[in-house]
Amino acid sequence: MRIPCPFCGDRGNEEFTVLGAAGLARPAPEADDAAWHDYVHLRDNPAGAHRELWHHVFGCRAWLVVERDTRTHAVLSVTPAKERAA
Amino acid sequence: MHYSVFSLLRNALSGNRSWTPAWRDPEPKPAYDTVIVGGGGHGLATAYYLAKEHGITDVAVVEKGYIGSGNVGRNTTIIRSNYLLPANTPFYEKSLQLWEGLEQDINYNAMVSQRGVLNLCHSDAQRDAYARRGNAMQLAGVDAELLDAAQVRAMVPGLDMDNARFPVKGGLLQRRGGTVRHDAVAWGYARAADRRGVDILQNTEVTGILVEGGRVTGVETTRGTIRAKRVGLAAAGNSSRVAAMAGLRLPIESHVLQAFVSEAVKPLIHTVVTFGAGHFYVSQSDKGGLVFGGDIDGYNSYAQRGSLPVVEDVMESAVALFPAFSRLRYLRQWGGIMDMSMDGSPIIDRTPVDGLFLNCGWCYGGFKATPASGWCFAHTIATGAPHALNAGFRLDRFATGRVVDEKGAGAQPNLH
Repeated sequence: MRIPCPFCGDRGNEEFTVLGAAGLARPAPEADDAAWHDYVHLRDNPAGAHRELWHHVFGCRAWLVVERDTRTHAVLSVTPAKERAA
Repeated sequence: MHYSVFSLLRNALSGNRSWTPAWRDPEPKPAYDTVIVGGGGHGLATAYYLAKEHGITDVAVVEKGYIGSGNVGRNTTIIRSNYLLPANTPFYEKSLQLWEGLEQDINYNAMVSQRGVLNLCHSDAQRDAYARRGNAMQLAGVDAELLDAAQVRAMVPGLDMDNARFPVKGGLLQRRGGTVRHDAVAWGYARAADRRGVDILQNTEVTGILVEGGRVTGVETTRGTIRAKRVGLAAAGNSSRVAAMAGLRLPIESHVLQAFVSEAVKPLIHTVVTFGAGHFYVSQSDKGGLVFGGDIDGYNSYAQRGSLPVVEDVMESAVALFPAFSRLRYLRQWGGIMDMSMDGSPIIDRTPVDGLFLNCGWCYGGFKATPASGWCFAHTIATGAPHALNAGFRLDRFATGRVVDEKGAGAQPNLH
């Protein structure tokens, strides 16, 4: 699997580490147990397009949001994670 | 047809013309008492034990592919019950006991081989942890032996015992552990369930779960609607997708786990060896190929194939432990889709939908659990409540904080 890093170009996935689903919204500290359970444990786990956080740890060290098809491993889009936060 | 040396002789002498199919290929009935979604090892074992232990024979097993096409044929065939936690040890020991009697029970040669499972330790702290686990096993009535380095050296030649970074200090051995031929497990359970009246519906994919007034009433399939009073989901790898049809969101991610077979060589390893300083385990099949595996790839996948960095990682571990393996060529490799639960332990439980039951989250360890998983899931479906053996594997344990963290490595890739 190869991931086109927006800063470094097309790189093998051995240069990256993966964290998991990108769309999880961390609840407020005082949120109830159900909200924290949902955030920590429950996942959509789709068969198809999946947005996830990858870290180009052996490259530019940028965090990236990679949208990938979990059925084929085809990379659909890559954006820097800080653009997502802005 | 009952299999025995006499049936073998009779068929050999008559030119092998009168063997009959091992199970029927029936048309789906419009309704069953119980429908099991997923014709893998766990689903077939569930159907078998529903019929055998609970007298429920009006059962259909609905399988989207063919029997043996999924994870039951995509593992490394290891069986063991060397667990620490009280939620795990009795359950896996039940499984090992069922393995020990399986071939007579289902009248099928599954090549159950109790060649032992040896976990290597590489530091004093790890040896202490293994001693603790061995003691916990013995307290639960499970066999365990702590070996010192000399005993390991005598038992497994070829190990890099005196490696500067990870010297082998000893190991925890379970002699009753071993390997089983995984295809034969699928075929044997399918045939045994079929002989007790269970309908096995291959190439029948579930496309929907029917729920009326909070109660399950059947499933939609590619071969029409099948009504059922009870539905059991045993679709590990695709559990999230199947459960979503009933509106459930699970504490599970699907990940790919790769396994490998080398070219065949003369007898080299007569037990199952696990590396304690990396994730690597190896045994030798009866054909001579070394069967080995390691970590999940770490990213969500339904693709049943992995990528090269993990292949390299597994090979590095193999050569670190057995330097002679560097001369071997690997022959074939495959990937299976694991239900990675958030605490690394399985779920066998009721669901919030009446009549709908869930068996999922097997992570790395589904194959060894096949008989006990089926046995406990059958009990849970038949009685409506978990058995004491699967009482720790509840769906709500994540919300209540009662997680079963044997290794604590679930779906989170950086914990592996």
